[in-house]
Amino acid sequence: MSASADLLVVQIPRLRRYARALAGDAVRADDLVQDCLARALPRLDQWQAGTDMRAWLFTILHNLFVNECRRQARQPDIAALVESAVPGPYDHAEADVRLSELQNGLQRLPPEQREVVLLVSIEGLSYRQGARVLGIPVGTVMSRLHRGRQALQRWMNGERGGAHGLRSVK
Amino acid sequence: MSKDPRPVTDADLHAYVDGELDEQRRLLVEAHLAKHPGAAEQVRGYRQLNQDLHSLFDPVLNESVPAALVPAVRAAPARYRWSRRLQAAALAGVALLSGLTGWLLHDRQDRTEASATLVNLVQPAAFAHLVYATDTQYPVEIQAEQQDALNRWLSDRMHTRIRAPGLDELGFELVGGRLLPSTNRMAAQFMYQNAAGERITLYVRRVATAEQHSAFHYREAEGVGVFYWIDGPMGYALSGDLGKQRLVAVAQAVQRSFAGGV
Repeated sequence: MSASADLLVVQIPRLRRYARALAGDAVRADDLVQDCLARALPRLDQWQAGTDMRAWLFTILHNLFVNECRRQARQPDIAALVESAVPGPYDHAEADVRLSELQNGLQRLPPEQREVVLLVSIEGLSYRQGARVLGIPVGTVMSRLHRGRQALQRWMNGERGGAHGLRSVK
Repeated sequence: MSKDPRPVTDADLHAYVDGELDEQRRLLVEAHLAKHPGAAEQVRGYRQLNQDLHSLFDPVLNESVPAALVPAVRAAPARYRWSRRLQAAALAGVALLSGLTGWLLHDRQDRTEASATLVNLVQPAAFAHLVYATDTQYPVEIQAEQQDALNRWLSDRMHTRIRAPGLDELGFELVGGRLLPSTNRMAAQFMYQNAAGERITLYVRRVATAEQHSAFHYREAEGVGVFYWIDGPMGYALSGDLGKQRLVAVAQAVQRSFAGGV
């Protein structure tokens, strides 16, 4: 295996984590990762050694995710999406309930906000790196991040979008 | 200190949590937080959110990767021998962790820069040592056989050239390393093991401190000793269960290795 293919393999667990958080279900997430790797492998020579391979892979994964979201655009039923999210164990420990609520809230975020929140909060990308990965200005990264975090906090505080009648999934 | 006239906004609070502020702005925000409980609460909320997201999705990192996703077969991970002493340490994990917490609380009494070093560098280093040095299955994320990839990856992520120092002369072989979230940044952890199965870990991260070069400091809590020092923008913490005398020899070798630009 070449050195760069080696580096690619090393990134798989992280790609899976990001995809899982993004897609909300394990099967869809691994499909995304597989498509991403299938695209990246033949283009390994386009990746410049010494640059951040993970950012390069995130960019590929982002493009795939955006395409998939477009295909699903005619399916506006958010509740259905939430129902398909992986449910947590029915353990009523406070932390578990909170995490499973967060999982639900995350899936209700607009995808473009979800992407930014995950890249910065979980993957630890700087605003600038996030902007490069997503192909948007740094200012847009910041505004999406702010909106996304605020929406998640409102969700966690029990403000469930009132007028739209989104119900809480236990 | 020169004054930054821009008022602290919500955007600053996000940027503070995300480590995006320069030193001057960061200090300004910290002063603001000390005076505005609402803003401090906001920051706690953002941090809690980050932490919860990690709790939700970090377990994915430890799942075995489906075979369909691996483009080429990798060698099965080597199993590491580990000493009875480490096993005992793992069993006593709870006691050790509570000991370290006491350590931290004690040092919170005086909110000096030294205690920032403890919170940001020493304590997470000791915790990370306890968590990973006793792990029989995945003590490291990238193994020593892929040392070049490991060094490159950590250098990329930490935006500085960083290499696992060679400690063979002292009988410690590199096991491998990993990237870790640290208090407000990320950190690299390198793990070494000797023929007796004793493991030591080196924890490296950026630190923001006025102190450019510090002497060696030593802390010990219930069997885990940590030598730590600051050199330029980076802080180093070497953790192990070797006793002070033996650990300092390793710490000196590590310090020389980094100071020599290796």
